[in-house]
Amino acid sequence: MKSQWWKAAILSAIALLLSTAMAMPSFSQDRSDTLLVVTEGGPNSMDIHGVGANFQVYGVTWNAYDRLLTYGKKTLPDGTVSYDFTKLEPELAQRWWLSADGMSVTFHLRKDAKFHDGTPVTAHDVKWSFDRAVIVGGFPTFQMNAGSLEKPEQFVVLSDHSFRINFLRKDKLTLPNLAVPVPVVFNSALAKRHATPTDPWAMAWLRNNTAGGGAYKVESWRPGQETVFVRNDDWKSGPLPKIRRVVVREVPSAGSRRALIERGDADIVLDLPARDFVELAKMANLTVIGTPVENAMMYVGLNAKHPPFSDVRVRQAVAYALPRKRIVEAATYGRSAPLVTPVASNTFGYDPKMSPYTMQNLSKAKALMAQSGFPNGFDTTLSFNAGFAATNEPMAILLQESLRLIGINATINKIPGAVWRGALLRKDLPVILNVFSGWLNYPEYFYLWVLHSQNSAFNTSSYQSPEMDKLIDAARFETDQKRYAEQVREFINVALRDVPILPLFQPSMDVAMQKRISGYTYWFHRQIDFRSLVKN
Amino acid sequence: MVGRRLATAIPGVIGVIVVTFLLNRALPGDPAAYFAGPAATPQAIEEIRTRLGLNRSLPEQFVLYIRDLARGDLGHSLTTGQPVAADLRARLPASLELAFCGLLLALAIALPLGVLAATRPGSGVDHVTRLLATMGNSLPVFFTGLVLVYVLYYLLGWAPPPLGRLEVFRETPPAITGSYLIDSLLARDPGLFLAVAKQLILPTMTLGLAALAPITRMTRAAMLGVLASDYVRTARANGLAPRTVLYVYALRNAMLPVVTTLGLVLSFLLGVSVVVEKIYAWPGIGAYALDSVIASDYAPVQGFVLTMAVVYVLLNLLIDLLYGVIDPRVQIES
Repeated sequence: MKSQWWKAAILSAIALLLSTAMAMPSFSQDRSDTLLVVTEGGPNSMDIHGVGANFQVYGVTWNAYDRLLTYGKKTLPDGTVSYDFTKLEPELAQRWWLSADGMSVTFHLRKDAKFHDGTPVTAHDVKWSFDRAVIVGGFPTFQMNAGSLEKPEQFVVLSDHSFRINFLRKDKLTLPNLAVPVPVVFNSALAKRHATPTDPWAMAWLRNNTAGGGAYKVESWRPGQETVFVRNDDWKSGPLPKIRRVVVREVPSAGSRRALIERGDADIVLDLPARDFVELAKMANLTVIGTPVENAMMYVGLNAKHPPFSDVRVRQAVAYALPRKRIVEAATYGRSAPLVTPVASNTFGYDPKMSPYTMQNLSKAKALMAQSGFPNGFDTTLSFNAGFAATNEPMAILLQESLRLIGINATINKIPGAVWRGALLRKDLPVILNVFSGWLNYPEYFYLWVLHSQNSAFNTSSYQSPEMDKLIDAARFETDQKRYAEQVREFINVALRDVPILPLFQPSMDVAMQKRISGYTYWFHRQIDFRSLVKN
Repeated sequence: MVGRRLATAIPGVIGVIVVTFLLNRALPGDPAAYFAGPAATPQAIEEIRTRLGLNRSLPEQFVLYIRDLARGDLGHSLTTGQPVAADLRARLPASLELAFCGLLLALAIALPLGVLAATRPGSGVDHVTRLLATMGNSLPVFFTGLVLVYVLYYLLGWAPPPLGRLEVFRETPPAITGSYLIDSLLARDPGLFLAVAKQLILPTMTLGLAALAPITRMTRAAMLGVLASDYVRTARANGLAPRTVLYVYALRNAMLPVVTTLGLVLSFLLGVSVVVEKIYAWPGIGAYALDSVIASDYAPVQGFVLTMAVVYVLLNLLIDLLYGVIDPRVQIES
């Protein structure tokens, strides 16, 4: 009898504990003005100028800091909203004007803007921040250089609220480049308090702290776990955001992220496989928005420097043999459209009619192989980044299959993510699958990185052509619109003739959210802009 | 005695330091290229290599590493941007809390089950035990973890969302021990304690299931051996109550191999928790180390291996001490 009692008591205690724990009401006090975003990874720094700042840092910077300028918005044909790279709008700068000779620009800063600690934003802060970006080296410096912003002497403080940039040359990317996440304005007084003689730019302190004046303050950051943002109620650089608090949680497992959005516990989810987005799009309580990433391309890269792909006929043969439609369908489950020209569909110069390789044409491909230096075919390797195997692997298998049809035996070579960039830098891989995207939506910007013989890390094909270089350089600084259009058309034609890269598709920036969320805007940096979001 | 026992572990720890340092460098991958960012030129990568000290020779790098280590500086993680020591301090308690909960759950089920199965070999209970043990052994953690999320959270909605150690709208308890369960109790916040316990349910079940099999089997086997021994027969023959025979004479003597298994199981749990941490967004050290290996981020991997080595040394010591408690005849060899 006694032992029966015992057992019953223990059992009921366990049952009670479990049931109270499981049935506890979830706390809903803050739900309506708090947004829960779940992502695969999170920021590794709070400072976009720091060494190795990852993609998520762009998002933190975008929301916690202001820039002088920002971009306008436009509604896309499918009804979703995107930033508009053709429209520059005020953020910290209220007005700006070019000098008569077109060799400088003067900004008038808004007088009511304050940093999060209450210090007014002045031109001295802008100068300090821009100096920092061009001096510290690495990514921020290279990004500034892309808009011909290279030396601290170019940045001149005229008065507390007036600031001038002297141009080194006329570069149409100078102003657009001021609206990307790198040239943000830091609270220089605050940062200087944390600078040391060996660390004059306060790199160590700003890695873990923000010194901005943006629409959101970083309330807490636990690396590898979550970042919490709260609205800056004194924000003056735009309309006050609707969402008061944003929690970005890192949930590494895609399965768990998907469960969270389907159950309605998460408001927004990013970084899912294409197939999950296809299925989520069919659900009644969710909105899935996919925007083709501007100036971005998934491509097959053919090494133009080393045989056998140094033979242009071999490269053309591959271009004709490519089963593009099937490859794209297998990799993106229909979320991206095939791309036949080496320029993205929403980038200037896009004209699919220019491409001779719109359909697979095996007889032509075989004929080209027969004329080439390798009539009997050859063995080679086909490499891709195993970090994105879900997309890359089906593409590689289909490509391998079609190459075999024209006598090319390709062995698939999966390269781990950590090694991928190093492998690309060696530039000795014969065939690769790779993706590149440029923040600034200009075709010559893409070509400068990928196909110019200055041979950046992204010229993965080691493609060198004086003809191409001349056209790219001319287009970069061309002021006449008609001539510019001709130059763009010409360098696309050269790329189609020489086929150092074979475009496959334009990747899609996909995001799934609850129906109660509206105001999502696509941005070139592919991070979420909390400022425009609304939760009903 | 304890001191001498610890001293014997020192060569092992030194070996671990050297081997992880070398193994890390032998891995393919270029951290400088990885962290140079998407728009890096070769010069930018060289710049970063210099800043990370990776352009120096291996012995030089090793000396620098040892010098920092002596000062308690484990270096910086590039993946989280934080000092490795701070990362480990924040994450080790999360892993330990989870592993201990998993172990406790497994113990709570495995011990009675093992004893029951041993007292009634061939019975229904014995078959159930065998089934459970086989399941625990053969179902991989990534599978049970996802199934539990799918059934208990996604389909039934009983379990809380797999969002890590705390739901989104809760403040973390003031950090004292690092274990949220203990800290929330110390803060006298029963609501918070329940919220923490709730988040622990699914990951604990996943780990517990994995740990169940070896403990049940070991308990059953040890009990069978002990129950067949002379002194148990003598005790029975002398008419002692079956309960006394079972718990006072048999179980205590069967505990030695079980405790040994517990030590193994706990280290195993710290290992498999990588998968569990990924599924439940649990900010533990396993996932941290894995992410660092993928990024060829040397400092955190070295810090992780070193921490684990120390944890194992301490764990083994604890088990040795437990032997003495269970069986006074056992003494730590000097």
